[in-house]
Amino acid sequence: MLEASNLECVRGDRRLFSNLNFVLEPGGFLQLTGPNGSGKTSLLRMICGLLAPARGELLWQGANIHSLGEEYSTVLTYLGHRTAIKDELTAQENLIFSSALDGTEINSAPAVSILERMGLGGRDKLPVRLLSEGQKRRVALARLVVCNTKLWLLDEVLTSLDKNAVTLVLSLIEDHLSNGGLAVVSTHQEFKLAASSFQRLELAS
Amino acid sequence: MSASSTLSMFRWMVQRDLTLAWRRRADVMSTLFFFVIVVSLFPLSVGPETQLLRSMAPGVVWVAALLASMLSLGRLFANDYQDGTLEQMLLTPQPLYLIVMAKVFAAWLVSGVPLALISPILGVQFGLSQDTLLVLAISLFVGTPVLALIGSIGAALTLGLRGGGVLIAILVLPLYIPVLIFGAGAVDASIIGISAQANLSLLGAVLALALVFSPWATSAALRISLE
Repeated sequence: MLEASNLECVRGDRRLFSNLNFVLEPGGFLQLTGPNGSGKTSLLRMICGLLAPARGELLWQGANIHSLGEEYSTVLTYLGHRTAIKDELTAQENLIFSSALDGTEINSAPAVSILERMGLGGRDKLPVRLLSEGQKRRVALARLVVCNTKLWLLDEVLTSLDKNAVTLVLSLIEDHLSNGGLAVVSTHQEFKLAASSFQRLELAS
Repeated sequence: MSASSTLSMFRWMVQRDLTLAWRRRADVMSTLFFFVIVVSLFPLSVGPETQLLRSMAPGVVWVAALLASMLSLGRLFANDYQDGTLEQMLLTPQPLYLIVMAKVFAAWLVSGVPLALISPILGVQFGLSQDTLLVLAISLFVGTPVLALIGSIGAALTLGLRGGGVLIAILVLPLYIPVLIFGAGAVDASIIGISAQANLSLLGAVLALALVFSPWATSAALRISLE
């Protein structure tokens, strides 16, 4: 269970949001919306623990995320706006290395089949710089198939994806939620999810 | 956290950085060429005065090594910072300390070790004896990891700043001074025919200190840079 109480975010001398509260139960989905610069990414980075809240606290299973330290890292997967994909590496190498960084080691056979599932069959040996923006996103999203974490934090996850890829991502999220996972997703698109609990948080500018 | 997963993470990180370095060979080669050219300029400009060349050799080679190692510092974290990989590294279940160690180790393998290996060949231009050439290579082998470790602190602190390159130099070069003194001192001692052991031991002590403290300082600096 993820709980935010009285969160306040200050960037520079601007207060982005304050008194922000939410509770996310297992299987719950939280969509963050709001205009550009309203603090969606900052909130996600706060939930990751990358950014310390100016006030308030975030609790995971009742404990402050900063007191959990590296233990908290084992429960979350964060997919940022910047995809952490290396142009010089192939799709396969990217997936293998990013999974290793998450603590899940896979070898090339499962990596190939996962990339095929992401619609990148036959392109897994190409350097990523030769792929299109949408295909790069798909490489980054392949991490979601590999990881077995409880909490997914996805920032602008549907950007530059085509219809098929959007369906694929939605089905991945639905599977994740039905297995008792939690997801916080920032997006401008409409989400049609069969989630047991669907919340929307609108950040004002 | 089990020891095996810690070790395998270290291995993965080193392997990843070496693969990336191989794909960007030109960057690595430019550091090495810079070192070779700077060191070779001195014999060409001073002329064939063996005594003079011999006495300036330790300083010239070591200063060139410092400057060459500065060149690659900017790249240590910058690429990972720009594409978001660094954020992911902060979010791994493994301590950041370990990832920093792995990255610095990989950086040393591609930028420090080649300098140490090629230094005896460059030393010949200065008329150094065989024993002295060996001491030169050893001093660089022990000294270049210190340069990489200390440099990583500067690289982490200046991450994402404009004009970071000059700032790194100002931050890091003063910290390089002990390494320069002991490194060049070892070679000096060997030239005048006394044992280089004292200076090399001191250099080793600096390496031990840097191994303990700098990854820790670098991790803290990275966390601040990414807030």
